[in-house]
This record gives sequence, C-alpha cells and structure tokens, in this order.
Amino acid sequence: MTGTVAAGSWVEIGAVVLAPGERAPQVPEDTRAVPLELRAKGVLAAPARIGERAEIRTAAGRRLAGTLVAVNPAYGHGFGAPVPALADVGREARALLKRAADAGGREDDP
Amino acid sequence: MSGATGYAAVMARRAAIMRASVGIDYDRYRTGALAFDYERLLADTGYGIESARAVQAATGVGATPLLELHHLTALVRAVAAPGKGARLFLKDEARNPSGSFKDRRASLSVHEAKRRGYPGVAAATSGNYGAAVASQAAKLGLPCIVVQEAFDSRGIAQPEIAEKTRACEAYGAEVIRLSVGPELFYVFLRVLEETGFFNASLYTPYSIVGIETLGYELALQALDACGRFPDVVIATHAGGGNVTGTARGLRGAGATETEIVAASVDLAGLHMASDRDFNRKSFTTGHTGFSMPFTTWPDRADVPRNAARPLRYLDRFVTVTQGEVFYATELLAQLEGLERGPAGNTSLAAALAIARELDRDRVVVVQETEYTGAGKHPIAQLNLAQSLGIEVRRGDPRENRPGERIVIPERPGQIAARAVDLDRVRRSYLRHALESLPEGAVLEAADYAFLVEETRSSRAYVEEIVHGLQGTRG
Repeated sequence: MTGTVAAGSWVEIGAVVLAPGERAPQVPEDTRAVPLELRAKGVLAAPARIGERAEIRTAAGRRLAGTLVAVNPAYGHGFGAPVPALADVGREARALLKRAADAGGREDDP
Repeated sequence: MSGATGYAAVMARRAAIMRASVGIDYDRYRTGALAFDYERLLADTGYGIESARAVQAATGVGATPLLELHHLTALVRAVAAPGKGARLFLKDEARNPSGSFKDRRASLSVHEAKRRGYPGVAAATSGNYGAAVASQAAKLGLPCIVVQEAFDSRGIAQPEIAEKTRACEAYGAEVIRLSVGPELFYVFLRVLEETGFFNASLYTPYSIVGIETLGYELALQALDACGRFPDVVIATHAGGGNVTGTARGLRGAGATETEIVAASVDLAGLHMASDRDFNRKSFTTGHTGFSMPFTTWPDRADVPRNAARPLRYLDRFVTVTQGEVFYATELLAQLEGLERGPAGNTSLAAALAIARELDRDRVVVVQETEYTGAGKHPIAQLNLAQSLGIEVRRGDPRENRPGERIVIPERPGQIAARAVDLDRVRRSYLRHALESLPEGAVLEAADYAFLVEETRSSRAYVEEIVHGLQGTRG
C-alpha cells in the first residue's frame, strides 16, 4: 500500500520503547536480544503513509506518535480447526456415564 | 510530576508515582522492619462486605448463581471408590458484566477513582481484569488505559490476549500492546505519570475487598442448597487475589472450617519473561509462572504492599496439567452445557480429582468461571501450540511437558491434583522476606509476629528457619 492515509482514519502505530541494549537487567537472554515494542490504535491526526511517522489520538484522548503500521487493523484471532485430541472427549464421557448408570453408578474399570 | 523518561529515571520515581496513583501512603502501615498492619490497610478502604456488595450491585456485578454439576458429580462417582465422590458446585462468575470475577476486583477501584476525582483509570494486565476495568470505567464515564503484554518478537499475539485487546477496545478503552518483558511496568509508570490516572492495580486493598463478596456469596449459597457450608473451595491461583479475597469472604460469612485449595496450571520449565516461551504456555493466567513467585513473595507486585497474601489463607496448593484443564473444559461444555474459558477451569480440573477422594455427602465448590470465545478457547490455544511444534495428543497426563507436549487425558480417573509442598513455599517466603530486610535492620518482635501470620505457622517455626537462613547468609 503506497497511498496516503487520510486524517481521521482509525489506524495502528508502532514504536520501539527500549532497544535491545536498553532492556532491563533481569530479562533472559532471548528477550534481551530483541527490542521492547509497542502498538497502539487511534485516530490519525494528519495524513501519513504506512511506514512513516504518524500521530494518533487514542480512545483515552492521548496523543501518541510512532510509525504508521496499519489502517483499520483487523481482529485476526479466532478458533481455527477443531482439534482431533478433543474430538472424542464428550462422547466418551457420556458413554462412561451410561455404563456407570447401567451398573448402578460405578464404572468397574475406571 | 515530571522528569526524564529513560528506564532507570522512571523506575527511580516509582514510589512517588505509585503513591499518587493509588492514593495510599503505604508507609503509614509500617509496624516493624518488615511488618505492616495488613488488617488496617484493608479496613481503611472503608468498605465491608455489605458496602462492597452495594457498590457492585449498582453496576450489575456479583450475585452470580451457584450451580450444582450433577453430571460431573456422577462422572467422578463413576470412577471413584465406593462411597466416594463429593457433590460438585460451580460459581458461574462468567455471568458478571464483562464475563469474569474480575468485575468484582475492578468495581471498587473504579468507584474510588471516580469518587476521588481522578481523571481516568489505568491497569497493567493482559487478562480478564483489563476488560473488567474497561467495563466499569465505561459504566462510570471515566477514560481507561490498559497496558498489555500481548505479542512476541515475531509479532505473534497470544490468542487469548488478542481477545482481551478486542474486549477492552469494545468498552472504549485505549489499549497499549507490548512485546514480551517485565519492562511493561516501566511503560505503565509512564502512562500513570503522564495522565494522572488512578492505578486500578490488581493488588490494592480495593481489589481484594471486592473479591470478598465472592466467598461470602458462595458460602451462603452452599448453606442454602446443601444445609452446610462448603467442605472445600477450590480457587484458580495466579497472583493470589482470588484465593485471598475468597477465603476472607468465606470467613466473613462464618465458614471458618472450609478448606481453601489453590489450583494452578503447572508451567514448570517455561520462563515467564522469555520471548521464546511467551506463546508456548497455552495459558495466560492461573499458572505456576504467577502463583509460585506471588505466593513466595507477594510484594513483587505493582504496589508497595500487596493486599493479596495467599499464604495466609491456603490450606492446600495443588497443580494440574495443561491437558487436564483443556479436558475439564471440554467435559464442562459437553456434560453440563456450560462453555466457559479454559484458564478459569483450572480449579475445575483440580476439583474433579479432589472430589474423587471425598465422601459423597461432602460439598466441593469451584469458585469461578470466565467467558469464552474467539482466541479464549482450548481450540485456539491448541492450534497455536501445534503451529509452534508442540505435540498435542491423548494419553497419560503425567506425560504432559509444558512447551513440548500437551497430553489430553484418556479417562477422568487420570486427572490428578498434585500437591505443592507448602513447607517449601513457606521457607521460600521467609527467605524472600529476609532478603527484603533493609541493610543493617534487625527483626523486631512485631516482625516475628507478622511472619508467623504471613506463613500461618508458629514463632518457633519462623525462628528456626530465619536463624538457619541468617546462619547461611553470614
């Protein structure tokens, strides 16, 4: 996407809060090797392009600046495909309950 | 209040920022080198159980039903020894306005923020608590900022936290999403300093008093349904607030004999501040990555004195595996028609094992549920785990290895509540307490009395361990 994003658009910005060399002393090695990054959403204050410096007004009314990373960012989380390891749990439990009920409340071979 | 915004400079202003943002001068409660007056800290909130209930009722928080789990009870009895298999009950906290018991914790904090004229509220949390604070803030007309640890260095969001981002934004909050690391606290301090917002910390006395209503309600509901207080209450255990507030509420209702069991998902081997491990946990709360450090040293929280002090209340502390919790979540949906979020079912998994060992007339209460949905679901977590190369299969839960293999039990009888050695936890607590002693300070009589209360032990026990530790330190 190369076009200019209009002011007033709902966008997401990103920023590096701490570079790898600035991380807290107690963080483990793998975390210290990468920056502490921030993402925040808000209304774009002035026209900007993706990858450029941009300022937003957040839902709480703050002004935050960073690099414009997305326009109208999607909620991408979901469920995914059913997981086979869970597929039979309910059926098995109902069958166990039925066997137990037929046997007077207790499964003989738990 | 202002100054340099670098990491060291902001952390150095931590105490002043905290004092301004929670409006509590914690130094006032100091009674010794280590000791402080815990009960007075809680009493000074000005809230008791009844006044807390009134504030909560005004926004539709609390008064959730206690449901008897007839089919799960039958399932436990089917695999228990003759005469065994306690009655299982569940406090359906998912029916709170934002879908979890965290509404109880948020309600008094946001109410206080409004009453004292703070311009807004902020919370550092990746969990249900953020949605709860955002929901309460929306109701009271205050702006809200939630700071989350949300994604790893590859940009992969933990799906449950992605859902919490969405929920907070749905309630009109600003959400600051961060990559992995404890410096989240630094970012949070900067937010508090810049905005002057109230710090709706999970660990203030308001948060704990807000949970007391949960223990109080369930005690009376069990009494009503069974003619007796619960024999056992099992709470999912992370930062310690759930256990602390629930136990205090039970006592407030007169249920002094009820056994308090804390249950956590075992995440041994995974590092909580590791970028690599972040998305390999499959749980965002209710796990040992929080419960172990917070039980052995509560004052690592984002306030100077943590009002959640679980070791004062725990009768038992148990762990369950990731696979056992997903299995229990599936059983709850399929046998009881209650589809609820996985982390809150940690205590349910433990209950299925604990009830098996108890007589049939005993009453076991699982004291919370949480809402479920996109991302916040076993399927979402297991799909993410598999995409990271974690094996997911049926089998013996003892073969579960956090970060490597998630084993879904083959039979309900395989679920186990593995005991955490509370003596070791107490010793670890006392070691941390000594380490926090200021240079040159010595323990006074008030400190010994405090440590006895903190560890629910005796003067002789504390002295023996403290002297042993001081000997090895010298």
